[in-house]
Amino acid sequence: MFALIAGIILNTSCTSVKPYQKNKLNDAEMSLSSRKVEKTELNFQTYREGASGANGGKTGGGCGCN
Amino acid sequence: MRKLTLAAIGMYLGILSAFSQNNTSGSFYKPRKLQFEEANFVSSYYHQDGNNSAVTGGMGSEKLTDLSNSIDLTISVYDKRYRKHSFIFDLGIDHYTSASSDMIDPHTISSASHADTRIYPSLNWTRENEKKGTTFGAGVSYSNEFDYQSIGANINFAQKTKDKNGEFSAKLQAYLDKVRLVYPTELRPANNGGGGEGDENHYASTPRNSFSGDVAWSQIINQRLQLMIDGELIYQSGYLGLPFHRVYFNDATVHVENLPSTRLKIPLGLRANYFLSDKFIIRTWYRNYHDDWGINSNAVQLETSVKINPFFSITPFYRYYQQSAVKYFAPYQEHTVADEFYTSNYDLSKFNSNFFGAGFRIAPPKGVFNIQQINALEVRVGHYKRSDGLNSNIVSLSLKFK
Repeated sequence: MFALIAGIILNTSCTSVKPYQKNKLNDAEMSLSSRKVEKTELNFQTYREGASGANGGKTGGGCGCN
Repeated sequence: MRKLTLAAIGMYLGILSAFSQNNTSGSFYKPRKLQFEEANFVSSYYHQDGNNSAVTGGMGSEKLTDLSNSIDLTISVYDKRYRKHSFIFDLGIDHYTSASSDMIDPHTISSASHADTRIYPSLNWTRENEKKGTTFGAGVSYSNEFDYQSIGANINFAQKTKDKNGEFSAKLQAYLDKVRLVYPTELRPANNGGGGEGDENHYASTPRNSFSGDVAWSQIINQRLQLMIDGELIYQSGYLGLPFHRVYFNDATVHVENLPSTRLKIPLGLRANYFLSDKFIIRTWYRNYHDDWGINSNAVQLETSVKINPFFSITPFYRYYQQSAVKYFAPYQEHTVADEFYTSNYDLSKFNSNFFGAGFRIAPPKGVFNIQQINALEVRVGHYKRSDGLNSNIVSLSLKFK
């Protein structure tokens, strides 16, 4: 499923976007990282779920979590 | 006519030079003294309840509250070669109370283990060459609570593509942790934890080491869509269970959870954000995860930012998660003496969960509450519901100072 989604998106042709065309991409809500306000949320998910990582949160280590 | 044209050109150039920036304020000039970039304060209150506590062998209250506060501060400076050095200092303090931890010693009405405080400072440095599009970084972290201590270090690298529309990044992390062996009172060996609960030196410790490598590619697809693919490899070794987790066998004997001493985890993440219109932004995230303990998991999150005006937005979100159980899990009194590894920790059982809620963000040009230094305020509330009956609520507040 992951490969399918990644494949679909990667097959979408990229257009070169100039710096002056990035006003929408530079919107604070468009950031590709987790929000600061999600910090504790990501931590409790690491404690309460067996899977972790690939989301900017903890990946095991650094706490008594999995 | 020719004189007039030359005069007009001369005037135009004169006006242009009068309004143009001189060398000291042009794009090549960067301040060489330390500058405050931003600070963030995040505070959260988390509450959960359920009836499958691992401390009591998969039965009993999982009631827990956690008050978490953290502050980070970023300062930067440009060196002689116009490379930007950023220093990020982060300090977090969590205080939690746990009904299940209180059952480590079931004979007391409320033992010392019912509450604890975790302190975790970290310091990170990055050096960014804006011209070349490269970033190097390194960091150290520390975390301490009564039964757990951690020292962490990381190095990272990122390289933007020529057109600055793509970026490759890599990160290596190591955590050298120590688990204090706080066994349930009835299972404590004579030479371990025999002293009072406050006697920190009386418990033996054992190592838990975690090493991870992370590579990510982020790409701008067009003026509205950008995405990131993130893959990690995590290897853990040492004591990977928790010493106060009881396991009741089918012969009614009680044991301390026993899990393998190594674990390999492979999460793959995909994030895509789409600027649908001036009013709507769609943020999506998907993760596929496998490990050698038998957990296969999928998680997907969808969030929409609805912009009421340019300075105020509402963000409803939904997250679905499912996992299979580890090979070593069985409920209360279902493990047998033939089992080499065993746990009744429901966090490692088969379940699915739904997490939903909403938040809002205020970032007015004159600052939040007309205080110029408070750049943005975010509040987020969420409800988490797991198929095994565990429920939790979280409320978080974030303030950005600039």
